[in-house]
Amino acid sequence: MAGNIWVLAEHWRGRLSDVTLELLTLGRELSGALGTQLEAVLLGHGAKGLAAGLAADGVLSVDHASLAEPNPEASCLALAALIEQRKPRAILVPLSNVAADLLGLLPSRLEIPLVNFCRDVHAVDGRLEARCVLYGGKLEVTVAVADGPAVIGVLPGSRPASAAPASAPPVTDVPVELPGDLRVRFEQYIDPEPGDVDVTQQDVLVSVGRGIQTQDNITLAQELAEALGGAVSASRPVIDQGWLPLTRQVGKSGATVKPKLYLAAGISGAPEHVEGMKGAALIIAVNTDPQAPIFAVAHYGYAGDVLEFLPALTAAVKARKA
Amino acid sequence: MNILVLMKMVPDIVEELEIAPDGKSLDVEAVRPIVSERDDHALEQALLLKEKYGGTVTVLAIESRDVDEVLFTALAKGADRAIKVAAGEAILTAAEAAALLARVLPAVPNLMPVQLLVTGCQAIDDLDGVVAPALAERLKLPYLGIVTGVEVEADGSRATVFKEYAGGTRGRYGVCLPAVLGVQAAPKPPRYVPVAKVRATMKSRTIESVEAPAKEEASLLEIVAMTKPEAAGRAEMLEGSPEEVASKVAEILSSRGLA
Repeated sequence: MAGNIWVLAEHWRGRLSDVTLELLTLGRELSGALGTQLEAVLLGHGAKGLAAGLAADGVLSVDHASLAEPNPEASCLALAALIEQRKPRAILVPLSNVAADLLGLLPSRLEIPLVNFCRDVHAVDGRLEARCVLYGGKLEVTVAVADGPAVIGVLPGSRPASAAPASAPPVTDVPVELPGDLRVRFEQYIDPEPGDVDVTQQDVLVSVGRGIQTQDNITLAQELAEALGGAVSASRPVIDQGWLPLTRQVGKSGATVKPKLYLAAGISGAPEHVEGMKGAALIIAVNTDPQAPIFAVAHYGYAGDVLEFLPALTAAVKARKA
Repeated sequence: MNILVLMKMVPDIVEELEIAPDGKSLDVEAVRPIVSERDDHALEQALLLKEKYGGTVTVLAIESRDVDEVLFTALAKGADRAIKVAAGEAILTAAEAAALLARVLPAVPNLMPVQLLVTGCQAIDDLDGVVAPALAERLKLPYLGIVTGVEVEADGSRATVFKEYAGGTRGRYGVCLPAVLGVQAAPKPPRYVPVAKVRATMKSRTIESVEAPAKEEASLLEIVAMTKPEAAGRAEMLEGSPEEVASKVAEILSSRGLA
């Protein structure tokens, strides 16, 4: 009998992640097409209460003190043991900062395939086929997933989130032995100092990316943001350069924002950025590259130079107000 | 404190990417290779650790087009040793590269063991594997990824490693050394080195070359097709001069009460 479809139930600081609920929707579709069961795998410590929110046929729960906080070594050992015992067809893993380390370790440990950067998975004639995003969203590949356990890393946004089930799924406790002398140990979380601006609370964000070119040019975005009554946010490269504080970052490692207007200035639109801003009511993107992936999520686009466009828009907005 | 930094080339995605005639792969001839951005951060993290604790930094890359310039740049920035692995013409996938490196590293003269092995936590072409964790598994070393800072204890037995989570939160971890770390961002932006200094380095220093044994690695994935993303849901593109488009955008914003 073909193995089941598994979803790694990712949780962080007591809460299931949204992408886990999306993967349950995707996993249900796949298990239905393949005629197998959908199981969620919950690794944690004292986290079994979260099982009630998982719309799966069953939940496999591993409870261990070393799994209380994300620990790639412990979670890889636990999940590897589970996979060897139960041989699932595929394990859908959220592509997030919580699960990413496990995603990289697990396939090498078990010498099974990894399919990374998936945005969609289908069952075609009893086989799994994945659509993956490469090169920052510039190209896609279709990959045939071999039978037998495969680890599939799925980007946020693949499906709508599943609702919590009417009745909690059956939970199977799976004892797993972990070594006492783990080489990676969680110590504590360090939360950021509150920034001067909370980008999640802004109606208007003028967001700058690599195309802004220099720190001085951020003034152009600041002037537009002021004219629109908003604030400046940024994508990863700008933060990495130290041009704006971490609290201004939008995307996977930063904030998830839903402003009324998100003006993406010189941002290419890598999946890690898009997941943080795709919910904005109005997205306007300006980028010199007409093929930039940001234009696939924007409502309006302009293939042009932000350094020329930003002052022009500031002037146009001010002229309307005058 | 001896640190090994693994670096690799990826296509510059600012340039147009073309699909090869087989319909399944990138047209590599048309690509402009640049160093993977996270690997550049890994090098910076290594150089910062060397400055703080002493020791050596070795950079190593699998041979590919333009990689010499990246290795000389690393030497110009302060790396002590640069090594190139000659693995033939084939372009390796991430999983294949990890398998190759796991075999080759122990055979490089006077290299292993190192206290820290650092590289980018991912690259834009990591379809069938992620090099840092895959290599850690194969070398049986502990691994932590999405790293944004490292401190090392005086006796070199253990590191305090900061890992990035969402919303600016970081996790502090204790990691036994030797270990592999996947770097997301160094605490400082990668340093700049003038082109003249890189040129001078090319004249005064050399890159060591290591022959890799015949290819034994094979990806477990089968790519059926490579395509450009579907245009569904694409933006309405505005045309004109910056001033003309700005005027149209101001009108759109005004109609929505945003300006």
